[in-house]
Amino acid sequence: MCLAIPAQVIELREGDKALVELSGVKKEISLALVDHVAVGDYVIVHVGYALNKLDPEEAAKTLQLFAELGAAGDSDNLLH
Amino acid sequence: MSDHRQGYIRPLDLKNGRVEMAHGAGGRAMAQLIEALFIKHLANDYLAQGDDGALLESLTGQGRLVMATDCHVVSPLFFPGGDIGSLSVHGTINDVAVMGAKPLYLAAGFILEEGFPLGDLARIVESMAQAAKNAGVPMVTGDTKVVERGKGDGVFITTTGVGIVAPGDELSGRNAQAGDAILLSGTLGDHGMAIMAERESLGFESPIISDSAALHGLIAVMRDSGARLHVLRDPTRGGLATTLNEIARQSGVGMLLQESAIPVKPAVAAACEFLGFDPLYVANEGKLLAICPAADAPLLLAAMRAHPLGTDAAIIGEVQADPHAFVQMRTCLGGRRMVDWLSGEQLPRIC
Amino acid sequence: MKYISEFRDGDVAQRLSEAIHRETRPERAYHFMEFCGGHTHAISRYGLTDLLPSNVKMIHGPGCPVCVLPIGRVDQAIRLALEEEVILCTYGDCLRVPASNGLSLMKAKAQGGDIRMVYSSTDAVTLAQKNPDKHVVFFAIGFETTTPPTAVALKQAAMLGLKNFSVLCCHVLTPPAMTAILDAPEKIAIDGFVGPAHVSTIIGSRPYEIFADQYGKPVVIAGFEPLDVMQAIRMLIHQVNEGRSEVENEFTRAVDRDGNRKAQGIVAEVLELRDEFEWRGLGTLAHSALKIRDEFAEFDAEKRFDIAYVAVADHKACECGTILRGLKQPQECKLFGTVCTPENPIGSCMVSSEGACAAHFTYGRLKDV
Repeated sequence: MCLAIPAQVIELREGDKALVELSGVKKEISLALVDHVAVGDYVIVHVGYALNKLDPEEAAKTLQLFAELGAAGDSDNLLH
Repeated sequence: MSDHRQGYIRPLDLKNGRVEMAHGAGGRAMAQLIEALFIKHLANDYLAQGDDGALLESLTGQGRLVMATDCHVVSPLFFPGGDIGSLSVHGTINDVAVMGAKPLYLAAGFILEEGFPLGDLARIVESMAQAAKNAGVPMVTGDTKVVERGKGDGVFITTTGVGIVAPGDELSGRNAQAGDAILLSGTLGDHGMAIMAERESLGFESPIISDSAALHGLIAVMRDSGARLHVLRDPTRGGLATTLNEIARQSGVGMLLQESAIPVKPAVAAACEFLGFDPLYVANEGKLLAICPAADAPLLLAAMRAHPLGTDAAIIGEVQADPHAFVQMRTCLGGRRMVDWLSGEQLPRIC
Repeated sequence: MKYISEFRDGDVAQRLSEAIHRETRPERAYHFMEFCGGHTHAISRYGLTDLLPSNVKMIHGPGCPVCVLPIGRVDQAIRLALEEEVILCTYGDCLRVPASNGLSLMKAKAQGGDIRMVYSSTDAVTLAQKNPDKHVVFFAIGFETTTPPTAVALKQAAMLGLKNFSVLCCHVLTPPAMTAILDAPEKIAIDGFVGPAHVSTIIGSRPYEIFADQYGKPVVIAGFEPLDVMQAIRMLIHQVNEGRSEVENEFTRAVDRDGNRKAQGIVAEVLELRDEFEWRGLGTLAHSALKIRDEFAEFDAEKRFDIAYVAVADHKACECGTILRGLKQPQECKLFGTVCTPENPIGSCMVSSEGACAAHFTYGRLKDV
């Protein structure tokens, strides 16, 4: 129900804020809800706040799962 | 249920109703206001044509007169890629040109707010002059009024344009036919998102630039290509979706678009994602929609791509027979959805 | 767009569709409820039902905070704007919800109410700082995703010692709504849930375990993008075929079992459970919504202003209630598409772009003819 998008942190700013970027569009958001965010991390942004960090390894695993589709017997490759 | 009129079964409340922002958004609410109030009272055949400009009588054998008018209330007044001045010139030239006419003269009315900086006004007027000069369409008359501080948003501009269309060259939204190809001259949403990004309250920085441009040069090239043109229109307020629905209704046809063929700049797509907007509904100020017989589409596409304002031109769909006049789209995932009229205004959403 | 476009790939969607077709058992039907309005929107906007076999049916759940907001709450916001003359800040989604006396926030704005759309709760705090002679009220709606931003704004206001800021808190909770669906006297066939994406980043996957363990309903948490939704549906089909009922997570890139502890802590500092709260369509539910703690009473609009909640019944023929509980489809409402349209919404399911009715009207009604 919640429109949130993944964006990359490109600058940390004082007051618990950061500048994030998605395809060239930049927005200042609040980091008040997450800890240990570094430049280069991806965060999920909702109404001007980062809700969580996005885990690139898990993202890659999910995409890998999709890439393996179409091979016979792929119903064995399930995410748990 | 399919007829757009079903969308406003509740009549306009003239006794207690008020003007709302939705009445200016380009969608159904605006269409209802126009039909129930303006067309009803001002009733005449020209108004009933329903195109962006009015096709008037023939002028001593030279062809028919076309007249169009536009109000400009854009905020902010200055934005990447233009300002209210250049926007007003381009907008009216385009309304005349998509009727198939050669734009000849422009007139402008200014409503200025007391306290508005003269320096900014000078910038706007210089910009208008430059736009008119580049387009080769002179501003021949105008008017200026001043309202008290607080009663205007800095500047409001109304522009009116006239042109002549040669016999046989008339274009109208009524001429789309089943089997026709639908072409778009370039990327969607540039103007609307450039404006959104300037709105302080949303706090975006973006590289998006408005596409505001006079299109009569591109149109001339398209005409000269030899392709037969059935419909031309510029998808402004309400976006591509609204314009296609207007044409579908006028022509009594349906349409099927291919989402993967519709060009959108990455930064525009990203800005839309942030706000929850759909690029199909975002305003454009320098783009053309063209509908032509399918056989002529490759020729037309080549002509458009050869022009600087059409480098990203694409064939985005086709016209279909459809008694419901639905505009549909095959999504990038392969499923089907409707591309309906705009409801209300597009507002940034949390959901 | 990184982490977005890859999850909208048409070729992968086709392959997922083929896999789902292979893996469904033709002799039975599968009914899954996608709880979250964002998923309802994604399914309609991408035409996902065209990629599913006809024996897999999606039931639209009540996870749309605008849709479940009762008329009486919008009335409170309108009264604050028109009678108390505050600056009323709201997210865009609420502006067109029809309330009492033919009004909505949008119409109240046209009548002179100082109603301003904000993108973020911090914008409301900033407005209060910039307008010390006016009172600013933030109309806070949303499920658990949107609650932490409100909590941060309240803490900020307290830290700044603002005297002219308060919040009308209408935040609601996901698990109690899911329970209400499952406990409803009229049984609907639900074989499993597609769990919300971003709510789950905050609350984690643990709160859904009760539905798998005690109610025997599989839950698969799905990301926001169409491929996520398809893969989650596929995982649910597997669970049903294998007779399992577990909580599984498709959205591993953003969700884990615990959720965002920091955000949960901030919320708990400022907000607490209401004994009960009226939900449009689901009735009054216990412990299903939040209110502001007494320590922050000066920032509670319901305490600072005389705007007691008054329940208002929906339009008699409006089926929002049954639709939100997944009992009826939008087309089954007599008002759908005739009197009730996005231009003239009778009920809130038609207002929000992710409400079942608006989604069907805007994207899907071509399939009705």
